[in-house]
Amino acid sequence: MDINKYMHVLKNAEDLTTLCDTLLKSKEYNSEKIYICAGGGCIASGSMKVKDAFVSQLSNAKLDGTLEIMETGCLGPCAIGPVVVIGKDDTFYQKVRAQDVKEIVEQHLIGGKIIENLLHPVDEQKVSKKSELPFFKNQDKQVLRNCGKINPTKIADYIACGGYKALSKVLTSMSSEQVVQEVTVSGLRGRGGAGFPTGTKWNFARKSQDTEKYILCNADEGDPGAFMDRSILEGDPHSIIEGMAIGAFAIGSSTGYVYVRAEYPLAIERLQIAIDQAQEFGLIGKNIFGTGFNFDLEIRKGSGAFVCGEETALITSIEGNRGEPRPRPPFPAEKGLWNKPTVLNNVETFSNIPLLINKGGAQFAEIGTEKSKGTKIFALAGTVKISGLVEVPVGTPLRKLVYDIGGGISTNKKYKAAQIGGPSGGCIPAEHLDVPLDYESLNKLGAIMGSGGLIVMDESSCMVDVARFFLEFVQDESCGKCVPCREGTARMKQIVDRICEGKGEMKDIDELEKLASTVTNASLCGLGQTAPNPVLSTLRHFKEEYIEHIRDKKCRTAVCKDLIVFEILDKCNGCQACKKVCPVEAIHGEKKQAHIINTELCIRCGLCLSTCKFEAIVKY
Amino acid sequence: MAKVEKCSCGNDDEGLLERLEEIIISFKEKPGALIPVLQATQSLFGFIPQEAILKISEILNEPLSKVYGVITFYSFFSLKPRGKYLIRVCLGTACYVQGANEILTALKQQLSIEIGETSPDKLFTLDVGRCFGACGLAPIIMVNDDVHQWVKPSDVKKIISSYKKQKEVNKEEAI
Repeated sequence: MDINKYMHVLKNAEDLTTLCDTLLKSKEYNSEKIYICAGGGCIASGSMKVKDAFVSQLSNAKLDGTLEIMETGCLGPCAIGPVVVIGKDDTFYQKVRAQDVKEIVEQHLIGGKIIENLLHPVDEQKVSKKSELPFFKNQDKQVLRNCGKINPTKIADYIACGGYKALSKVLTSMSSEQVVQEVTVSGLRGRGGAGFPTGTKWNFARKSQDTEKYILCNADEGDPGAFMDRSILEGDPHSIIEGMAIGAFAIGSSTGYVYVRAEYPLAIERLQIAIDQAQEFGLIGKNIFGTGFNFDLEIRKGSGAFVCGEETALITSIEGNRGEPRPRPPFPAEKGLWNKPTVLNNVETFSNIPLLINKGGAQFAEIGTEKSKGTKIFALAGTVKISGLVEVPVGTPLRKLVYDIGGGISTNKKYKAAQIGGPSGGCIPAEHLDVPLDYESLNKLGAIMGSGGLIVMDESSCMVDVARFFLEFVQDESCGKCVPCREGTARMKQIVDRICEGKGEMKDIDELEKLASTVTNASLCGLGQTAPNPVLSTLRHFKEEYIEHIRDKKCRTAVCKDLIVFEILDKCNGCQACKKVCPVEAIHGEKKQAHIINTELCIRCGLCLSTCKFEAIVKY
Repeated sequence: MAKVEKCSCGNDDEGLLERLEEIIISFKEKPGALIPVLQATQSLFGFIPQEAILKISEILNEPLSKVYGVITFYSFFSLKPRGKYLIRVCLGTACYVQGANEILTALKQQLSIEIGETSPDKLFTLDVGRCFGACGLAPIIMVNDDVHQWVKPSDVKKIISSYKKQKEVNKEEAI
């Protein structure tokens, strides 16, 4: 949409309504569209080349005046990108390459014939409509309502979709108390992981008499396997700005910061564009909508420290220090940034706010379970057919996510576990696939909702190794302030290393449990308190694998290097390729005769296995 | 701590230090300026040289020990010069379960360097990352800001040589 034509500072709420109406009636808004996913995943898969191809092909076909190309935020199914949606008939094309575009334009857009081989197959059937694909049909996109529909770098698109209406409603017709009340009624809980009721948090800060308060957005999405916040930042940044402005009004703050991790350059770029545009339109800054409400917003970039996702560490980092957590109480709502009352919420939480205000708290609460309201975005990844970003009502069973939406396991192996909640979370084994994804049910299984990273693992994953992976992670990322976290996780890792190397003893399991309880109880912040969770959870659901590693010196998945045996089968034709690559000369045998591996010498590097062209080498 | 080295882009050190001074002064009044200043320094020099630390400490009126403490806390800051291309292997969960470790091994072999080291031709620095949020494309590696997805250990050689070629092209263009 050509934004400049409509650009002017919105002096009051009526201006916003008028602008929205004008946009809705405009030619640009009503023209037919081709949606091209410009989310981080699809860009990496080459969607910008596809876009360029559309620009030139549409111009060649003289269609550039009637069809508009819309670069949207993440549509969701990253694994099958770049994805393109043809607006007029809702056709969904997957894995589109620049060379496919000519065919789409000539055959489909001009000829009206759908290109079969670019459709996504479902049970060997080709489904053309996006709305009929199980991946989309089984979702309920509330927070991601605009992702895939609007161009995140154009504020006009957001306004045309009803953007900033919630802010205008709040500023012109509600008191701060009413806003907090509405958020409380909605039952919205923090989407960063802990699930603290947002309304309660806001109310603490609102009640403070201090004249200087801050509102912070935690966009330091560090959990490995989580990319929900990234997609909102990249796909619908204005919803975060609007949510933060509403929050600022509710608690009586006029300054906000968004702390974005440096690993997300595109998110930072798009959010900055959005902030600049909101400023130009007078939607943030001084005297918003002529109501006397001021709100300034600034981005602060992270510098690669996972612990800064913890609220007090994040605050300490914005203040310009080493990002070490501080004891609570005092809670940030009382003494936060520069010792002033501060509200800190996660990206997804803020993105829920405009929706909640527009709908009303009571209606918002109609979705979800008794104790957890609304929807939750999950980043579905691992060995699942369609990995990507999905949004479902809180309380949706895990099975629906993995099988109905994600299309099931991508390999020919069976589902083994889903790791949810990152380094603070746990694993859900197959017998609990029907667990409803809500805060309480997951806690009961020793996992947590977390921020929404969900990694599906098939039978080729070793659960002891998964525990080792997370221990290595938390040990690396522990800031070092608390000894139990710094040293405790290191000792736990030593033990798990030992088990993976086949040097474990049965008493190691008790030792792990004992250490876990010390680390949990004696650490200051969430990182340390939850660091043992991946170990405890795998011990709870997969104890037999630990025992096999210790007692039988066996890793059933052949992941733990020291417990693997490589063997050359009789069918070896003696080509000598493996013998040549073996770095320790552990392979013997004459030319054209079956070779043998000396397991004493073998360092289990796997080079022979990857070199053999005749599938004559196995590992177990 | 490493001293400012003559960098290959042709900018002289004095010029960069002067530019840095302007940056520090422009941030000076901002609350919590130290980290944004260090981020600017890192992108200006490619690392944080000793002279820069002294200047930052002096102008922002922060003790040297604090500046040093902050630098060493965050993994994005480096006290050593980095190569032209920073290769970061994602070791997030999704990449890990899809074989990221084998890619790391292949990169180490191919470049003959360990994590945190720079190749002798100053072209590549090898590092690891903890999730770049592209889990749907796992396993991935990032070379500067480029994402390479579904990487297999056998792709590593090709990826590296594509950047080597790029470097040669740039050289020719410069001539």
